Amino acid sequence: MSELRLMKGNEALAEAAIRAGVDAYYGYPITPQSEVMEYLMAANPEKTTGMVVLQAESEVASINMVYGAAGAGKMAMTSSSSPGVSLMQEGISYIAGAELPCVVVNVVRGGPGLGTIQPSQADYFQTVKGGGHGDYKLITLAPASVQEMSDFMRLAFELAFKYRNPAMILSDGAIGQMMEKVELFDPIPRRTDEEVAQQCPWATTGRKRGTQKRVITSLRLVASVQEEFNIKLQKKYKQIQENEVRCEMIGCEDAQFVIVAYGSSARTSMKAVELARKSGLRAGLLRPQTLWPFPTKELRSLAERGVQGFLSVEMSAGQMVEDVRLAVNGRSRVEHFGRMGGVIASPSDIFEALKQFAAGEKKLF
Amino acid sequence: MELEDIIKEENIVFKKTKLLNDKPLSYCPGCGHGTVHRILMETLEELGIDEQTIGIAPVGCAVMAYEFMEIDMQEAAHGRAPALATGIKRVYPNKYVFTYQGDGDLAAIGTAETMHCCNRGENILIIFINNGIYGMTGGQMAPTTLEGAKTSTSPYGRDVSTMGYPIRITELIAQLPAVRYVTRQSVHTPAAVRKAKAAIKKAFEYQAEGKQGTCFIEFLSNCNSGWKMSAVQANKWMEENTFKYYVPGDIKDNFKLLKNPIVEL
Repeated sequence: MSELRLMKGNEALAEAAIRAGVDAYYGYPITPQSEVMEYLMAANPEKTTGMVVLQAESEVASINMVYGAAGAGKMAMTSSSSPGVSLMQEGISYIAGAELPCVVVNVVRGGPGLGTIQPSQADYFQTVKGGGHGDYKLITLAPASVQEMSDFMRLAFELAFKYRNPAMILSDGAIGQMMEKVELFDPIPRRTDEEVAQQCPWATTGRKRGTQKRVITSLRLVASVQEEFNIKLQKKYKQIQENEVRCEMIGCEDAQFVIVAYGSSARTSMKAVELARKSGLRAGLLRPQTLWPFPTKELRSLAERGVQGFLSVEMSAGQMVEDVRLAVNGRSRVEHFGRMGGVIASPSDIFEALKQFAAGEKKLF
Repeated sequence: MELEDIIKEENIVFKKTKLLNDKPLSYCPGCGHGTVHRILMETLEELGIDEQTIGIAPVGCAVMAYEFMEIDMQEAAHGRAPALATGIKRVYPNKYVFTYQGDGDLAAIGTAETMHCCNRGENILIIFINNGIYGMTGGQMAPTTLEGAKTSTSPYGRDVSTMGYPIRITELIAQLPAVRYVTRQSVHTPAAVRKAKAAIKKAFEYQAEGKQGTCFIEFLSNCNSGWKMSAVQANKWMEENTFKYYVPGDIKDNFKLLKNPIVEL
C-alpha cells in the first residue's frame, strides 16, 4: 500500500532508498544532507530489509565503497553535498570507466570552496559536463519536490542498471530541507544473491571453476583498446539521449516567453509564470527532470514554433543556459537570470526579470 | 626409462595452481610479487575457497594482478582498495575478500582508507607488499624508503629532516583494537616462503570464522630494478638493512599484541 507522509526531502529520499530495495548506503555527513544518513541509521534497515548503512571516514572512501559493492552487482548509493561530491569525482570517473550502476545524490549548496550551506545550483557543470576526468556522462535527475526525491530514487536505480551507468540525483538544499506531502511507493524486496548473480553476470560474486573470471576495471593500457571502449560508451550515451529525456512543460503551448528551470528554481519560476500570465504576458515553463540527457529536442521545437525568448533561471552564474543556447541554436533570444551563493530569487524577482527580458533587456541582474 | 613413462599422473609431485594462468608476469625477475601471487593463489585453491573469493588489485606494480589471478577481481583507484573491499564485504559477509597493495598505495595515498578499514575491523585480508620504492613509476621515494636511501626523488638519499621518516604502518595498524592478526613476512628464501604461506592460510582461516577483525600481512620484498642491484644482491641488502628497521615476524595474533613496537629516533 502506498503511504502518505509529511517529510523533508532528504528523509523522503532515504525512505525511498529502503523501499527501492537498495543493498547499501555508504556516506559521510555534510550539511545540508546529513538527514539522509541520520534517517537511515535510525530506521536501521539492516534489521528489516537487510540494507547496509555505513558511515565512512570520508567521501573518498564512501564512493569507493559504492564502487566495490556495485562491482559485485549490488544496489549501492551514497549522498553528499557539493564539497563532498567534489571529493567523489575520482571515484565517479572510475565507476563510469568500469561501467557500474550506482546512485550518487548531491544536495547542492553554494560554492566555490567551503561556500555556504544554503541551496545552490552551481554544480550543474560539474555534474553534466564531466566533473571527473575522461569522457563520461552521468544520468542526471533533478527533483523539484519532496515527491520527486522519493520517486527519482527508484528511477535512478532503474536507469543505472538498465545502462550500467552511474546516475546522479542533483537536488539542492531547498528541496532537501523543505517538508511536503509525499506519497511513498510500496516497498520492493531486495534482490537475493541468486537474483543478483543471474541479473548481473558481469558482477564479481566469486568465479565458479570452469567459468570465465569477472574483472571490474577501468584500466585499458592499449590506446586502441581504450578508444574502442570510448566509442562503446559514446554509443551507450547516444542511446540514453534518445530514450531517457524527461521534462515537464507548463503553459508552453501558446507561450511567447519560456522560463527554463529545474529543482527549486522551477518551483519559484512556476509562481513567476502565474504572475506573468495574470499580467497578460504569455509565459511558460520548461522544467528538465533529466539534466543529462538534456531536453534539447523539446527546446528546439518550442523555438521552431516561434517562442520569442528563453530565460534560464538558475541559482548560479548561468550554467544550464549554455545548454539552452545550444538547443535553441540562435533561433530565439536566450538569457540567464539567477542569484548565487545560496540566495534564492523570489517569484516576483523572476517575474521582474522576465518582464525586462520580454522588453528586450539583456542585463537582468 | 622414456620420458613418456615418467610423465604420469601418479608421478606428479608439484603442479602450478590453476588459479594462476600462464601469462608471463609483468614483474621483474627476482621480485617478490610473483612469489606472493603464487602462494596466495595456492592457498585459495588448497582451502577450496576460490569460488567465494573476490580480490582487489591496487595501483602500482600489481595493477595488473587480475591478469594473472584466475579469480573474480576489481581494480581500485590508487589507495582505495580497502574501501572497495569494505563495500564488497559488507554486502557479501560470507564471501572472502582480500586487497593486494604496495607501499605507496597503502601507506601514502591510501593511509586513511587503510587505517579506517582496519579500525572498523573489516573481516578481510590486507596484503601489503613493502619494497621501499615506487617501482612502477620508475623508482621514486616511497613512504617506507629507508633513511639515506637514494631514489629518483631522493637523489641525495632520504633526508628525514625534510622528507619524514620511513613509516612503520604495520606497527601502527597493530595498535588498532579491531585488528586481529598482523605479521611481517618475506619471500626471499624457501624457508621464508613456507612461513609466509602459512600466514596467508591463517588469515583466511580467521576470515572463515565470519567475525569482526582485520588480518594484515606485510611482505618485505626487494625491488632489484628500482634499487639498481641484481636480485641476489637486493635480497642480501634487504636482509642487512630492511630487516633491521622492519623486523620480520608476528606482531599481533588473535587481537593480542605479541611485541611492543618501539619507534627509536
